[in-house]
Amino acid sequence: MAKTHVTMKVNGAEVEGLVEPRTLLVHFIRENLGMTGTHIGCETTHCGACTVDIDGMSVKSCTMFAVQAQCSDITTVEGMANADGTLSALQEGFRMMHGLQCGFCTPGMIMRAHRLLKENASPSEDEIRMGISGNICRCTGYQNIVKAIQYAAAKINGVEFREAAE
Amino acid sequence: MNDMTPTREQRTAALEGMGCKRKRVEDIRFTQGKGNYVDDVKLPGMLHGDFVRSPHPHARVKKIDDSEALKVPGVLAVITAETLKTVNLAWMPTLAGDVQMVLADGKVLFQNQEVAFVVATDRYAADDGINKVVVEYEPLPPLVDPFKSMDADAPVLREDLAGKTSGAHGPRKHHNHIFEWTVGDKELTDAAFKKAEVTIKEMISYHRTHPSPLETCQCVCSFDKIKGELTIYGTFQAPHVIRTVVSLIAKLPEQKIHVIAPDIGGGFGNKVGAYPGYICAAVASIVTGKPVKWVEDRIENLTATSFARDYHMTTEIAATKDGKVTGLRVHVLADHGAFDACADPSKWPAGFFNIVTGSYDFPTAHLAVDGVYTNKAPGGVAYRCSFRVTEAAYCIERAMDILAQKLNMDPAELRLKNFIKPEQFPYHSALGWEYDSGDYHTAMRKMMETTGYAALRKEQAEKRAAFARGETREIMGLGVSFFTEIVGAGPSKNCDILGIAMFDSCEIRMHPTGAGIARMGTKSQGQGHETTWAQIIATEIGIPADNIMVEEGNTDTAPYGLGTYGSRSTPVAGAAIAMAARKIKAKAQMIAAYKLEVHEDDLEWDIDGFRVKGLPEKFMSMKDICWAAYNSVPPGMEPGLEAVSYYDPPNMTYPFGAYLCVMDIDVDTGVYKVRRFYALDDCGTRINPMIIEGQVHGGLTEAFAIAMGQEIRYDEAGNVVTGSFMDFFMPTAVETPHWETDFTVTPSPHHPIGAKGVGESPNVGGVPAFSNAVNDAFSFLGSTHIQMPHDYWRNWKAAKQLGAVA
Repeated sequence: MAKTHVTMKVNGAEVEGLVEPRTLLVHFIRENLGMTGTHIGCETTHCGACTVDIDGMSVKSCTMFAVQAQCSDITTVEGMANADGTLSALQEGFRMMHGLQCGFCTPGMIMRAHRLLKENASPSEDEIRMGISGNICRCTGYQNIVKAIQYAAAKINGVEFREAAE
Repeated sequence: MNDMTPTREQRTAALEGMGCKRKRVEDIRFTQGKGNYVDDVKLPGMLHGDFVRSPHPHARVKKIDDSEALKVPGVLAVITAETLKTVNLAWMPTLAGDVQMVLADGKVLFQNQEVAFVVATDRYAADDGINKVVVEYEPLPPLVDPFKSMDADAPVLREDLAGKTSGAHGPRKHHNHIFEWTVGDKELTDAAFKKAEVTIKEMISYHRTHPSPLETCQCVCSFDKIKGELTIYGTFQAPHVIRTVVSLIAKLPEQKIHVIAPDIGGGFGNKVGAYPGYICAAVASIVTGKPVKWVEDRIENLTATSFARDYHMTTEIAATKDGKVTGLRVHVLADHGAFDACADPSKWPAGFFNIVTGSYDFPTAHLAVDGVYTNKAPGGVAYRCSFRVTEAAYCIERAMDILAQKLNMDPAELRLKNFIKPEQFPYHSALGWEYDSGDYHTAMRKMMETTGYAALRKEQAEKRAAFARGETREIMGLGVSFFTEIVGAGPSKNCDILGIAMFDSCEIRMHPTGAGIARMGTKSQGQGHETTWAQIIATEIGIPADNIMVEEGNTDTAPYGLGTYGSRSTPVAGAAIAMAARKIKAKAQMIAAYKLEVHEDDLEWDIDGFRVKGLPEKFMSMKDICWAAYNSVPPGMEPGLEAVSYYDPPNMTYPFGAYLCVMDIDVDTGVYKVRRFYALDDCGTRINPMIIEGQVHGGLTEAFAIAMGQEIRYDEAGNVVTGSFMDFFMPTAVETPHWETDFTVTPSPHHPIGAKGVGESPNVGGVPAFSNAVNDAFSFLGSTHIQMPHDYWRNWKAAKQLGAVA
């Protein structure tokens, strides 16, 4: 099949590659770019494990062709740590609040939470739950993911994080 | 003592040992997308394999034409049963003593069964090839309903078993019969029913569902022709067992098979067994001389690799008028699909279902299980439970509620009246188990007090009265569940897999600088073993958990173990860790005695080192002992500080818990709201409370999914109609209730650290709590039992059938 040349920015770096028109963006990221943090859980847009940030929106990269991402600006989980290599507020929140177990949904969950906090800097529990409802986690039961996002929001906003009493 | 000397509390805290909410080691890589899962493995020249699958649930395969497929650019080979026959691999043994087709051999027996394996340069080309393979089928009548499996005129599913009147577990009664398994005293039980004042009888079904971890089953197989070695990266909960199975069926020397289970994206029982994809990828690598990757997609995962449950349990309880149980009789019809690929220890065709007497002191019980074939996917696996324990817990917990309803007793009071008493432990159950320890009354009363159970019952009575007066359309249910699990498979006297005893293992090697590595026979799929195993070692030998690296999943380096499932890791491997650590400590004591110039009996252990009794200033830290182990051991002693332990547990462990679900249901829409869910777990000694709580949250969420909607369903023609996350209920953060957790601690008396295991308790106890809540809500309208799953539509239907909705 004839291949198309694509260029895009991924985690701040210009990248390019030759792809078939049918190549999914998630496969381009994982296989052409070798960035395997973005996962595939269902290939039908339900689970959100493949969520990346494209031009300021959360996108499930299993349901977008690489050619559709031409010239776009993409952030994946590999671009989430602080510049000095330490964990970002969200990554730290997931660790401190035990917001992950097997880690398979985590990159997509962090990418979605990243955009959610850009859209709403101080979301309520209900807003967080609705905001991540496109991402499935099989391990945690979500309660600690909600806390992880609250932890990150507090840290980013420079306020003290208080765990809600059970 | 100066200000710089750490206190005992500080020294203990610095270890981050048992009881500490230690943050997870794994999270550093997982939060940065640096985990290494199977699909992340990329080997030079790697090919991709994918399956042609059957659209029919039951059909003869007349012809497979791969000529057009082989013309597709990138397609290198099409493997069929005929190819596999040349290496004697067209069929493979299952863990349950049956055999299973790897690729369709003359016939297909379930929809989406593997028919051919297309090998190509990438996953897109493999897919193109699949579309060009032409298979000619002759459809046969499908058998979907397990209750019709043993009809005289039922179609013959397994022609390979023609004339075989017995299977791996004894006589077969019919051509679609797999086994009959009976436990208990039938005569005594029948007699108890004859003289019973009160009896109940109900057919309680636990529907077919699927573990569905977020990462599907996958592998990369690489055969090195020169060395004759096969390397397999795979999503394996039991990597050593896979190595042995591959060696036995592929006739490769076991030392030339390297099985590596890297990071695993959830298992929940789905990744215990061996699937056709593994065999086909291995054969494809041998045929092509290149590494071959196989990655299941979600539809394949839901419809072909192992399902769970599908148990239909006719349950009877005999009791006195005042609510004392006197007998239990259960008959199970077990639907195994096309092949009995049940993941169970070899001797137990229905796993540990004979824990079905639950937490109650039944003087007698009898159980019979009949396994049958149908045209459905093969299985079943233990989805977040020890083998068939969740089915047993659901059966007895539902039945106790039905008995309470008949006796007009409160379900909690009925349970309190029949609990095994603390002084009865170790308790011998009527169906043959020896319960290690428990204090059920304390746990139940704590649940009732914390939740305000009595007040909730009062509120329910008021709501029922208001409903009768037409003032509300909402009904309220209280789902009580008190479960006893049986986990930690298991003692070699009663547990093995293909003849290998179900021990587990740990090897600890301490390095000169006071750091070390622990290698394990287990394999985490999210349980956080890298974090918790180090905590056990930290407490046992006084080396900070941060200085212990835990390694799992590489069969070349790890000691042989039976893997992680059935909540067995803490009860079995957790014990092996403690025993290996104690061997290290014993040698360390000899070294310290030599260095401190005293007899070893003059030393006492003090948090992180040995101290001379009565001379507190004479102390040698474990860190310093590690150094000494490599340069100045006592004369005659071998240098080094390492130990290995293979632990064969003397008994199973019996975690338990008291759960309560408070639910409101709108009868006009069937929409339910879980107002409150309280879970008290007793898993014995608690290693990491943060991780325990996480396990409970996750298990409850899976229980919620199963009870309230998650089902693998087939239509009458044998089509699976729940093949994607659109149809198969996967709760999101929006539907998932808020969880309240609590605990009591009753250590296991036979386990070195008293731990019992917890990962599966919330699923086992959670399902009956949800189902009992729904049933309790509807009971005052005249129903005794409504089958799961309790989705909105079924709730509405129940309300309509009971006359609550016009």
